[in-house]
Amino acid sequence: MNNLRYLKNVVTLEFFPEKCTGCGVCLEVCPQAVFVPENGRVRVADRDACMECGACAKNCPAKAIGVQAGVGCANAVMTSFFRKDGACVCGPECGTGDDHEDDPPACSGGSCCC
Amino acid sequence: MRKHMNDILRKPAEGKTPDSSAECCDHSALPGSITASCCGGPVKPGIPETYFISGAANTAAGPVPRVTGELSSQDRWGSVKCRWGIGRMSYTVTPGLYALGSPDADAPVLVTANYKMSFDKLREAMRGWDAWILVLDTKGINVWCAAGAGTLGTKELVRRIEQSRLAEVVNHRVLILPQLGAPGVAAHEVKKASGFKVRYGPIRAADLPAFLEAGMKATQEMRRKTFPLRERAELIPIELTPALKISVPLGMAFFFLGGLGSVAGYWPGVRHSGFLAVWALLLAVLGGAILFPVLLPWISGRAFSLKGFFLGLVMDIILWFFLGSGFVLLPGRLELWAWMFIIPALVSHIAMNFTGASTYTSLSGVKKEMRWALPLQIGGAIIGLALWVGARVIH
Repeated sequence: MNNLRYLKNVVTLEFFPEKCTGCGVCLEVCPQAVFVPENGRVRVADRDACMECGACAKNCPAKAIGVQAGVGCANAVMTSFFRKDGACVCGPECGTGDDHEDDPPACSGGSCCC
Repeated sequence: MRKHMNDILRKPAEGKTPDSSAECCDHSALPGSITASCCGGPVKPGIPETYFISGAANTAAGPVPRVTGELSSQDRWGSVKCRWGIGRMSYTVTPGLYALGSPDADAPVLVTANYKMSFDKLREAMRGWDAWILVLDTKGINVWCAAGAGTLGTKELVRRIEQSRLAEVVNHRVLILPQLGAPGVAAHEVKKASGFKVRYGPIRAADLPAFLEAGMKATQEMRRKTFPLRERAELIPIELTPALKISVPLGMAFFFLGGLGSVAGYWPGVRHSGFLAVWALLLAVLGGAILFPVLLPWISGRAFSLKGFFLGLVMDIILWFFLGSGFVLLPGRLELWAWMFIIPALVSHIAMNFTGASTYTSLSGVKKEMRWALPLQIGGAIIGLALWVGARVIH
């Protein structure tokens, strides 16, 4: 359903239009249509639809997008709070880098991983 | 050639050595490839013995396991079990290159995770097509979660391209990735490291044929992640299983403790308070794990914990209704209020956990709602528990 809306004014999405080259990859990878094309570049059209998956920032060759990517999973937040060996996904301090790519997941296949 | 393949796929009979050690024990074969497993040496992660492998395709880089787009009843039963948490973390496919149908060196290359459901969804969607499937090692996690964790990532993709010697198998240099792999993969970095250009395909594997037929063009609908009723309902078993794991022992505890402090004696007390406890917990689990995913779009509020709280109040009303009907003996006021507090706290908590399985919640949003919701849920449960204990002693 396209009218499912989550909390307002919370996301950490940042866009630097002066760096944007208009390649359009963010338009391809965003699953929530946050960006729209405008004047040869893009614009953030629906900020509150952002779910901080990080696909846009990861794929922007011009580094015009920043976001503290993470999984919107209450279980993961609680697990990472109580267990320092990590939840099934890394938290916002990891950003969108490859830092944790080779870490074995601590996930045991709970509700956030199916 | 064909006879050679059949010999390889059959297990060698006891005591017999293969016809030619060179045919069977090709140590230059790819890790996990068919040839490596029959010569009595260290068996690589088994390909040929698996039920969904239907043979081998010969490529410039050696034999590659072949699959079809037809899912067997074993495949379907496997995914049912997986949703209910049976064998979830071993529901995997060996990473590497697979041939779907009869692909040639110009056939498209589709990338996926080594979670068997991801793999099955892909080949089923591409039934009738010839393509290469490159399975990445995502530790058995699906595409989107693995991408979010970085497991389905740039490094793993580049690694798998090299290991499978993909550049020798296909003439072109294009990989088609599921759009939901994008959070973990930097397309421009893959190009630099491997020479392969990443094209992001549609979100749903089912849209792949249309995407390919349109010349690798996606419509807007193909690129939007929706959360329709059917998908929400499919997630019920994974909500229900953990909810039951907690509430069944909890229910048993309440059931037997319910007899304590009863003026009419232990067993009448159990029948009275114990049964009520079981019904109340059942309603909470029904509300949080089954009704909530289904009714999600129609419940007020944006935060899941708030929506869950409202639904919990509705479950309270349903409990009232049952009490009036004589279905459950009328409890004392303290005990009733105990459940009036505990049920919404539980439903709110179970609903809040659904954020992890939903497709539009941001981490920032989840953290914000947890900040007030979790203390309130715990507080509500504590008050309810105190009232329940009070009901044991105050009459």
